[in-house]
Amino acid sequence: MTLRLFIPRDAGALALGAEAVAARLAAALRQHGVAHEIVRTGSRGLYWLEPMVEVATPAGRVAYGPVAPVAAESVLEAILADAGPHPLRLGAPDAIPFLKRQTRLSFARCGEIDPLSLADYQAAGGYLGLTRALAMAGPAAIETVIESGLRGRGGAGFPTGIKWRTAAQAAGARKFIVCNADEGDSGTFADRMIMEGDPFLLIEGMTIAGLAVGAGKGYIYIRSEYPHAIATMNAAILLARAEGLLGGDVLGSGRGFELEVRVGAGAYVCGEETALLDSIEGKRGQVRAKPPLPAITGLFGCPTVINNVLTLVAVPWIFSHGATAYREFGMGRSRGTMPIQLAGNIRHGGLYEAAFGVSLGTLVEDIGGGTASGRPVRAVQVGGPLGAYFPPALFDTPFDYEAFAARDGLIGHGGIVVFDDSVDMARQARFALEFCSVESCGKCTPCRIGSTRGVEVLDRVLAGENVAANLALIEDLCQTLKFGSLCALGGFTPYPVMSALTHFREDFVPHRPLAAE
Amino acid sequence: MASSQPRVSDLAWDADRAAAIIAAHAGTEGPLLPALHALQAAFGHIPAEAVPALAHAFNLSRADVHGVVSFYHDFRDHPAGRHVLRLCRAEACQAMGGDGLAARARARLGVGWGETTADGALTLEPVFCLGLCACGPSAMLDGALHGRLDAAALDALLDEVAP
Ligand SMILES: Cc1cc2nc3c(=O)[nH]c(=O)nc-3n(C[C@H](O)[C@H](O)[C@H](O)COP(=O)(O)O)c2cc1C
Ligand code: SF4
Ligand code: FES
Repeated sequence: MTLRLFIPRDAGALALGAEAVAARLAAALRQHGVAHEIVRTGSRGLYWLEPMVEVATPAGRVAYGPVAPVAAESVLEAILADAGPHPLRLGAPDAIPFLKRQTRLSFARCGEIDPLSLADYQAAGGYLGLTRALAMAGPAAIETVIESGLRGRGGAGFPTGIKWRTAAQAAGARKFIVCNADEGDSGTFADRMIMEGDPFLLIEGMTIAGLAVGAGKGYIYIRSEYPHAIATMNAAILLARAEGLLGGDVLGSGRGFELEVRVGAGAYVCGEETALLDSIEGKRGQVRAKPPLPAITGLFGCPTVINNVLTLVAVPWIFSHGATAYREFGMGRSRGTMPIQLAGNIRHGGLYEAAFGVSLGTLVEDIGGGTASGRPVRAVQVGGPLGAYFPPALFDTPFDYEAFAARDGLIGHGGIVVFDDSVDMARQARFALEFCSVESCGKCTPCRIGSTRGVEVLDRVLAGENVAANLALIEDLCQTLKFGSLCALGGFTPYPVMSALTHFREDFVPHRPLAAE
Repeated sequence: MASSQPRVSDLAWDADRAAAIIAAHAGTEGPLLPALHALQAAFGHIPAEAVPALAHAFNLSRADVHGVVSFYHDFRDHPAGRHVLRLCRAEACQAMGGDGLAARARARLGVGWGETTADGALTLEPVFCLGLCACGPSAMLDGALHGRLDAAALDALLDEVAP
C-alpha cells in the first residue's frame, strides 16, 4: 500500500522549514524503498505545531509536530512503525483541543486537502453552494445572504447582502466583484491561509456573488507580500477555467464569470476599498470621497461589490447549509463565525474559527495559552494597526462588533496581537502615529501632517518636556484626526494612541530616545 | 537556498525588452501596475527611461506615471543589492522582539532601512507584515520566508548572503 503523507506548503509552514522537511522525508522514503505519496496541503493553522506532518492510517490521520528538518528521519521511523509513538506525536489532528473546540465553516477543509485538487474540493462539499445558488433567481440569492446576517469581515462590518443588492439594482452595462485580499493588518493571516489552503472556496464564493449581482468579472487584489497566495490563486483559476467552473458557461448554466488576480505594490492604504479601486485602475492609491458608493460607481466607473476574502469564503457554506443554519451561530448583530487570528507573543498562535461571542480573555489565556515568553500578558491589540490596545482588565469583552465598539475598540479583520509585560506602550503609541504618517494617502491634512506632528510631540513627552501640556496636545490631535479624516487610516489611528494613553498612562514618562529607527 | 536577484548584467536598460514588456500589457484594463511589476521583475527596478515609454503606451502624462511609481513602496528607482532582506517591523513581530533583531541587522550590516551594503551584497528593507504573525519575528530573504527568528538564526541568514 502506498504511504500517504501530508505536509503543508502554507507560507507559515514554509517559513518554519516545511520544504526541507518534505525533501528529507522524500529522500528517506526512497532510501527505505517505500512506495509513497506526499500531498502538500494548506495549514490547519496551529502554527506552534508547524511544520506538522500527517500520515493517513486506516483509523484516520495521525499528526506529528512541530517537525524540524533535523527531526524528519526520526519521525519517519515512527510513522513507518504503524504511526507509532514519538515525542512529537500529536495523535488525531481533529482531537487536538485547539482544533476540536473550533466551529470551522469556512476553514473546514483548510490544511486537510490538496488545495489544487478540484476533486478533493468537490468530494469535501465544494461547489454544492454554487449549484444551489444557480437554481435560484438573482434576487433570491441576495435575499439568502441578507437573511444569513453576514457582515463584512474586512473591518467595517457592513451587511453583505445589502451591498450586493445595491450593486444588483444599480444601472450598468458592466459590473464587477472585487475581492479585497490586501490583508495589511499586522496580526492577520486568515486571508492568506485560505487562499493558499482552499483557493477554490474563494473562487466559488466570488462566482456566487457575480451571478447574484449580475457581474461578469471579478478581480482579486492580493498584496505583493503574499507571493505564495498569488501563485496558488492563479493556478486555481486556471484549473477552474479548464473545468468550466469559470468562463463563459459556468457549470453549464449558460451564465459567465471570469476572474483575474491583481497584485498590490506595498501600500497599506490600498486596503481601503476606494484606494484599492484606484490601484487596480493604475493610479496612486488614493481614497475617494463617498458618495458615490462603489456599489453604484466603482471600478472603471461601474457598479462594484468589494468584499474581503473572509466575507466571500463564508458564502458557499451559507448556500450549501442555508441562511438559517448560518445565523444560528453568533451573538447580537454579529452572526455566523469569525476566523480569529491569535498572533504576536502567544503560546498557541494560529487560526481559530469560532462563532462570535467568545470572550477576549478566553481567546488569549485559555485557547491561546497566554504568552509565548511565559511572562504575564500586559496588552493585546485587536483589529490591526488601527485597533485599540486592551489591558487584561477588559478581557471579558466578547468578540462582537458592537461590544468592542462600546469599549472604544474594534475587531477589524479579527487579528489579536498579544504583548507581554516587557512592552513599552509609549513606543506602541508612537509606532501607530508613525505608521499613519508613512502610509497616509495624503488627502487629508490631519492624517498627512498631524500624524508627523504627533510623533514629534510624543517625543517631547518622552524627553520630559512639558509632559502634561504635550499629552493634552496629543489628545487634541486625536480628536482632529478622528473627525477630520476621510477614511479610517487617519480616523482610527486615535484608537491605538488613546487606548495606550488611557490604559497604560504610566508608560508615558521620560524615556531614552525612541527616534533612533 | 535563497535565489538571488536578477544579475547586474541583466539590469541594464534595454529599450526593446522594455517595449515588449509594456506591449504585453496593452490589452489589459488598468495596465499600469501589472506593467510596472513586470518591468521591475526584469530590470530589478523601474528605470527612468521606462517612464516616458509607459506614458506613451498607456496614454498618460509622465507626471502621472512618475506619481504612481513614487507612491508605491515596492517600486525602486535603482537596483537593489544582490540579495534583499525584508525584515518585518509590524506589531506582532515587535511583540516577539522584532525591534531588537532589526537593530542587530542594521548594526552588523552598517546600513539603514532601504540601504545597500557598500559591497553591493545586500539591501535591507522594512516590511509591514508578511502574514506570519503567529510565528514571528519573520523575514523574507530573496523570496524565501523565515519565521521564529532569533539572533542566531538571523546571523546564520546574514552569514549566507553577506559574510
Ligand atoms: C486604511 C484601510 C485599510 C484597509 N485594509 C483592508 C484590507 O486589507 N482588507 C479588507 O478586506 N478591508 C480593508 N479595509 C476595509 C475596506 O475599506 C472595506 O471596508 C472592505 O474591503 C469591505 O469588504 P467587507 O464588507 O467584506 O468587509 C481597509 C480600510 C482602511 C480605511
Ligand atoms: S485619512 Fe489619511 S489615508 Fe484616509 S483619505 Fe485621509 S489622508 Fe488618505
Ligand atoms: S507582523 Fe510580522 S509577519 Fe505579521
